[in-house]
Amino acid sequence: MLERALKGSPGYWKLLISLLIVMGAGVICYLLQFSEGLKITGMSRDISWGLYISQFTYLVGIAAGGVMVVLPYYIHDYKAFGKITILGEFLAIGAVIMCLLFIFVDIGNPVRMLNVIMYPSPRSILFWDMIVLNGYLFLNVIVGWNVLSAERKGLPYQKWVKFLAYVSIPWAFSIHTVTAFLYAGIPGRHLWLTAIMAARFLASAFAAGPALLLLLCLLVRKVSKFDPGKEQMRTLGGIIAYAMILNCFFLVLEFFTAFYSGIPEHNSSLVYLFAGLDGYSRLVPWMWTSVFFCVVALVLLIVPATRRKEKTLALGCAAVIAGTWIDKGLGLVIGGFIPNPFHRVVEYMPTFPEIVICLAIWATGFFVITILFKIAISIKEEVDA
Amino acid sequence: MAVDRRKFLKVAGISALFGLGGKTAIDIFAPGQLEASMKNEVPLVTKEKKWAMVIDMRKCLEQQDKEKCKSCMLACHREHNVPEFGNIKEEIKWIWQETYEHVFPGQHNEFIDEGVNHKPFLALCNHCENPPCCRVCPTKSTWKREDGIVMMDPHRCIGCRFCMAACPFGSRSFNWSDPRKAPKDLNPDFPTNVNYPTRTKGVVEKCNFCAERLAKGQVPACVEACEKIKVHALDFGDLNDPDSEVRELLHKRYSIRRKAQLGTEPKVYYLI
Repeated sequence: MLERALKGSPGYWKLLISLLIVMGAGVICYLLQFSEGLKITGMSRDISWGLYISQFTYLVGIAAGGVMVVLPYYIHDYKAFGKITILGEFLAIGAVIMCLLFIFVDIGNPVRMLNVIMYPSPRSILFWDMIVLNGYLFLNVIVGWNVLSAERKGLPYQKWVKFLAYVSIPWAFSIHTVTAFLYAGIPGRHLWLTAIMAARFLASAFAAGPALLLLLCLLVRKVSKFDPGKEQMRTLGGIIAYAMILNCFFLVLEFFTAFYSGIPEHNSSLVYLFAGLDGYSRLVPWMWTSVFFCVVALVLLIVPATRRKEKTLALGCAAVIAGTWIDKGLGLVIGGFIPNPFHRVVEYMPTFPEIVICLAIWATGFFVITILFKIAISIKEEVDA
Repeated sequence: MAVDRRKFLKVAGISALFGLGGKTAIDIFAPGQLEASMKNEVPLVTKEKKWAMVIDMRKCLEQQDKEKCKSCMLACHREHNVPEFGNIKEEIKWIWQETYEHVFPGQHNEFIDEGVNHKPFLALCNHCENPPCCRVCPTKSTWKREDGIVMMDPHRCIGCRFCMAACPFGSRSFNWSDPRKAPKDLNPDFPTNVNYPTRTKGVVEKCNFCAERLAKGQVPACVEACEKIKVHALDFGDLNDPDSEVRELLHKRYSIRRKAQLGTEPKVYYLI
């Protein structure tokens, strides 16, 4: 099936080559980081995790979000999604690959990475995160590939594939729950020390993942003969709307507890993020932009007229992605470190090479997704013809 | 007849000629004696001990009023080859000063005793009884020894920095770059202690309660430095020993610990 990735329009090749250029720039910056150490990033003793780990956290959500098309198809026998489950699974593969790469570039001693396996530490959540992420990657590769090759041959897929597809559903929930546990069990980082963290992570995942998938579906319809379907878009729109409402509701719950209780430890990170603390306010404009996008997304997704119109639905999805990216891919991880354990504010500013490495990893993910989508769509076009 | 190094080598050398291994050879030529000589040594790391530090802030601040004393910090950083980078982004510190209201955030009030307000307090690893850093480490590079010291193995650390996120005391530092390449003008005589290893880039480090000195029966470098200038603000000892000096001080004076409400059970006590 892979050979289908080697035949494509000039536009397809142009996209792949431009992604490769960004990836190349990232490799150069990574070599610099490898020889100089993580000092080339904006991270410090106080903000010891930065863009790398926050992108990782966000992308675990995108990966888990794919389950929102897999679950209705396999559990509720919602046939319409059968057409796009493969796209959800392939999006998840790309997202998990990005997650693993972001962890890899964040590690200070990548050559010792296998120590995680050589000295397994079940008390560490990172150990479990490694297991669930790699497991999810394999599940999606095996299920996606087998379902697609069965479709190509015009045969129903084997029983064991269906079994693995069922396994992948709770597994998707587990990757984001375990990732939330990385943060939610740490004493002394009060922005993260919240029981609702995993629920928040899942809500934002189930909004952002399907939103990205919906935009990709619209793109696929534009550039290929494969039509993911009107009904499918509509159902996805509904799922995104509910998940986004939950996500924003959970965020409001955080604010209530932090500010009504008035406990300084509980609200000082939020004060830093949304109003600035001790005269430092670098993230404030970002956070309010996030609020703006979330409100726009809610309006466009809740009002039936705008949700059902493709253009405004797409706009709503873009707003979901932007709003949740700022909230989770920027504010949550960095805000957790501010103020530091001494209740001092040290700010964080990513450096140029750090940003290039991040962009390169995103490019790698989209490179993988482009190729996988190309294969899937070529086969669907053949079967339809 | 005890087995010393010289005798061990002699026996091992001769027996090697006959194709016998070291311990087997000793068992043949001097049965039971190797075990006997090993048993006589008191184990260095034992559950019987629980190391702790008591900082008498009255004495420390009195000294601070006289001069800006940095003896303990200098001694520690020289003992452990902690380099100076000259910027807070790359800073590595094992023991350092922070003002009272920052070492004890949440305990501050507007009308607090002028004697402590804005005054420099010492901060270092608390060697918690229930250390979150050890819990989160994915490679067991940091662990709590039987005698309560939270150790760090820089040879196993992968540099994920989960421990830094987990520590509620900001006690851990990361080698953002190669410490051996720290600016020469700030570190003219680096490494300052050739008997202690320097670190590489990409690993975490922190105070180790001078485990290497305890093994030789010495007190930690910071405590020794404080004794040398006759201030005696730092005390180090065994919490399990009811007659130890630390126990006596804690019994007699009012002490506080950093963020005790988090349940990590810090073993650095501050006498106020």
